[in-house]
Amino acid sequence: MSIANDLIPPQPPPPVEAFRWSGLRILGAVLLGLWIAAGIALVLWLVDAWDIDKVATYGPKFLSGLGVTLTLVAISISLGALLSVPVAFGRMSSNRFLSSIAYGYVYFFRGTPLIAQLFLIYYGFGSFRHELEAVGLWVFFRDAWNCALFAFTLNTAAYQAEILRGAIESVPRGQHEGAAALGLTRFQTFHRIILPQAMIVALRPYGNEIILMIKGSAIVAIVTVFDLMGETRRAYSRTFDFQTYIWAAVFYLIIVETLRNIWEKLEQRLTRHLKR
Amino acid sequence: MEPTATLGAQLYAFVSLFDPFCGPVGVLNLLPEGSLLSCGDTGWGDEVARGFFVTITLALCTLPIGLIIGLFLALAKQTEIRSLRAAADIYTTIFRGLPELLTIFMIYFGLQIAVREVAIALGFERGFDINSFVAGTIALSLVFSAYASEVLSSAFKAIPKGQYEGAHALGLRPGKTMRLVILPQLVRIALPGLGNLWMILIKDTALISVIGLGDTLRQTGIAAKVTKEAFFFYSIACLLFLALAMASSVVFSKIETRVRRSGVSR
Repeated sequence: MSIANDLIPPQPPPPVEAFRWSGLRILGAVLLGLWIAAGIALVLWLVDAWDIDKVATYGPKFLSGLGVTLTLVAISISLGALLSVPVAFGRMSSNRFLSSIAYGYVYFFRGTPLIAQLFLIYYGFGSFRHELEAVGLWVFFRDAWNCALFAFTLNTAAYQAEILRGAIESVPRGQHEGAAALGLTRFQTFHRIILPQAMIVALRPYGNEIILMIKGSAIVAIVTVFDLMGETRRAYSRTFDFQTYIWAAVFYLIIVETLRNIWEKLEQRLTRHLKR
Repeated sequence: MEPTATLGAQLYAFVSLFDPFCGPVGVLNLLPEGSLLSCGDTGWGDEVARGFFVTITLALCTLPIGLIIGLFLALAKQTEIRSLRAAADIYTTIFRGLPELLTIFMIYFGLQIAVREVAIALGFERGFDINSFVAGTIALSLVFSAYASEVLSSAFKAIPKGQYEGAHALGLRPGKTMRLVILPQLVRIALPGLGNLWMILIKDTALISVIGLGDTLRQTGIAAKVTKEAFFFYSIACLLFLALAMASSVVFSKIETRVRRSGVSR
């Protein structure tokens, strides 16, 4: 066995590596510089192209379009959340018939583009005009806004059903068994044990789904609903001024980034008991 | 006739031999004469089939471009150089935050304006028309690469540090480390995420129909307008997209089993 006879005197810390310009650093600086230059150029251009007449004419319309977008998304997400519950339970059901119907529903709405679903409902249901009139539903499907709401609700219900199912199935089996051992009823187990744990898993995908819906809702502009995108297209077709699109992009980016940040804060707060 | 044109025509004739819809062994030939979907002048089968091929071509053209840009973005997010990371993050934030439709319109109209300005500056009288296929490929590549960079950079994070250290200990240069050690594992980890992105890409191609590209949705839309059978034709469009999704998921599960075969089970 060896014994340390003398202590090593304290050493100075290793020298901080001097800053060196490598190829990658130059590339990074150039790319970031390009972004900054593009941003400054964009702001300068927007200031230069600021036209009080256009702002007075189209500004309020943009805001009303923003309202339409947010309303449409809020209603369809809420209705979709309601509809997603039976679909998710159908997917998890041991009844072959129920589960295959739910699977088909989810597969159809997740496998086809939202815009094709919207066209199928808005233009396609026109083929059944007489039948729909006989039932009294034609008043509903005549309107582009209602069709968009209907299509979006069905679409988001399919996605939310998958989120819900995934979250519920992610709760470990032991939680069910423990609840059964405690003598809780099935409803109590689900309500008090499974759902709270599943919701934490589902939180992030739900946030993503809302953001996807906000972005996806832009397609209603094509079926003559004047949401943010619709107002943008209308303004562009009248003025041929490209800044309308830039403003729309700014609006969308602000909404999406705000929502993402709110969601991040929410998630941090709701999962603070899980932090180690 | 130019030699390239004849070659193109021959190639087209050769490829159309294998056309599963209206070729010599096409399924749509089984339909009775005069039905809505039959081939030739009477039905809409060949028009819709052409749109379907445009959809597939668009998605297949976008995929490699988007993957390569996405890989470079993911590499940029990996580095310790802050400016490079920031530049990549700005790109991702913009193209993930914008609605795809808005990106498409901005690329389409913006490119047209830019090309016109450049053409006038160069002394031409007027600009050139931008092909909606090109504009669509660019727009979809931007969106796809932004999403792919996120998938790939989280796959990068899943590769343990020991792999880099082992490669370093073996004396591999950074380029070889990447090619021989990191990328093969990266593919295995990122494949499910990339599969999802491919499905999203297929669905996003439908949006290009609004700038006038004759893809599945546009061709069925034209048929729907002319024949007044909107429900039938839009259902056909949905079924074609579903078929594409099913085919892709079969192909992807094949690739995944193949890739996993050479992997270590962890």
